[in-house]
Amino acid sequence: MKELIIISGKGGTGKTSIVASLANIFDNKVLADCDVDAADLHLILNPDFKIKKEFWSGKTAYIYKDKCTQCSKCQELCRFDAISANFAIDKIACEGCGVCAYFCPQDAIDMRENLAGHVFLSNTVHGSMVHAKLGAGEDNSGKLVTEVRKHAKQKAEENNIPLILVDGPPGIGCPVIASITGADNILIVTEPTLSSLHDLERVVNLANYFHIKPFVCINKIDINPSKVSEIVEKCAELEIEIIGKIPYDEDITKAQVKKQSIVEFNQESQAAKEIISMANELKRRLNI
Amino acid sequence: MQISIASGKGGTGKTTIATNLAYFLKKQNKTVTLLDCDVEEPNCHLFLHPTWTSTEKSTSKIPLVNMSKCIKCGRCGDICHFGAIANIKDTVLVFPELCHGCGGCSIVCPTGAITESEKEIGDVQTGTADGLEIVQGLLKVGEPMSPPLIRSVKKYANTDDEFVIVDCPPGTSCPVIESLKNSDFILLITEPTPFGLNDLKLAVDVVNELKIPFAVGINRSTIGDSTVWDYCKEQNIPIILEIPHDRHIARAYSEGILLLKALPQYEEKFADILEHIKEVLPS
Repeated sequence: MKELIIISGKGGTGKTSIVASLANIFDNKVLADCDVDAADLHLILNPDFKIKKEFWSGKTAYIYKDKCTQCSKCQELCRFDAISANFAIDKIACEGCGVCAYFCPQDAIDMRENLAGHVFLSNTVHGSMVHAKLGAGEDNSGKLVTEVRKHAKQKAEENNIPLILVDGPPGIGCPVIASITGADNILIVTEPTLSSLHDLERVVNLANYFHIKPFVCINKIDINPSKVSEIVEKCAELEIEIIGKIPYDEDITKAQVKKQSIVEFNQESQAAKEIISMANELKRRLNI
Repeated sequence: MQISIASGKGGTGKTTIATNLAYFLKKQNKTVTLLDCDVEEPNCHLFLHPTWTSTEKSTSKIPLVNMSKCIKCGRCGDICHFGAIANIKDTVLVFPELCHGCGGCSIVCPTGAITESEKEIGDVQTGTADGLEIVQGLLKVGEPMSPPLIRSVKKYANTDDEFVIVDCPPGTSCPVIESLKNSDFILLITEPTPFGLNDLKLAVDVVNELKIPFAVGINRSTIGDSTVWDYCKEQNIPIILEIPHDRHIARAYSEGILLLKALPQYEEKFADILEHIKEVLPS
């Protein structure tokens, strides 16, 4: 079983649009949306949200007012400024470390489990899909990503499916690390802008840190041809292969509005053709 | 006054708005600090070309175990909610990448075998560009936890400044919350597409939790469909900025040229933002 994770460093380079197209092109796969902060893949793939599982993770302190003697021990020990002057817990600031509860001499503090989000096990016309929704402002996005990947892997193993196609989050922090840890294949979607070039290098370094050799795809190549050359040079220097160059195409947005991928919306468009050719390249490279 | 620029979705134009708003305010002779809190991928500097005047290592605390004092009582492992320290047989293992730096283990240790050492999580760089103060965090590659670094960046906010502009990371989870804390006003940037709308709704949920006044800015306003306007109208959310899809803007952006330097005609848009904020926050 292979796992292909699509990431980008910079947000908005076109990860989800490309994953939606690959979902159309690849035959036998499980789909996973690991951008649990701001999941969008479901807007195109229209899953049925068949099974909804609660995701409990992390804890928040709770003070029993009747037991509390306001000795202020908790305030002294809390490193996250989560206990106010009048002994109320700032739920957003609380890290869930439990130090306050452990040392409260009155045993007046409880650590209560957080409902941090939901995981969905769905069906789509393109196969099974695992996706999630993180609660507003929750932490633990990395753990939720791990949960999504775990369910996707289970689904693939149970049904002997050779590929898991994963839409990843932007950045290089916790949820991205959770998305690529232990993965064998990464596709980085970049675009010919100075910001994206800068972010590309950092995300490639992250992949190297985890000993994964990524492929690169340059999206919206006609925004700035000279920046495309710079990306090509940078990739050569980093010894990373570019396996796709996709033109900017207004049809990609039009397709999104119609809740379709570009390969469904306009298969004859240059963007669709380039994505199909990149998908064929990926099939060869991954041997799927 | 702290104005934060955020969005659920990445790539909607947060950095463009944050850098140009800071630049515009500076041009109006205001005192301004720009904080780049997108520490995973900080990009404000690409548009403002600051001269960095100082770089400081940002650290978080991790336990350091002196095994000669350890009596293997296991209390350190019991108190840790993050699985970052464990007494296994004859030794104590520390997993720094899981540690939140709460200090519980070192306090609970009955023999004083646990002290704390510093783990580097990134750099905080400060500099100036045309009189504008800029502070950015740069997360160390491979470090999962960005909120402590964001906290360090925010400590550099000069409270005497008339304006502190915060460029937030994308998303809706803890790094975003950390960046948005103490904001007086939040501007959520989106684009008029199904993805933009979906992620805007998620960002609105977060901002509502924080109970901070906010408005929406729509970038590439001439693409997509009308559903973002419909949603904002229905929710009574003011739209205080619309920037059309314009290849000249995309081109300048791709080269790292500040929008207001390339296309000064957009200045009015930024004046409008401030006008709106003044109305909402009379002080």
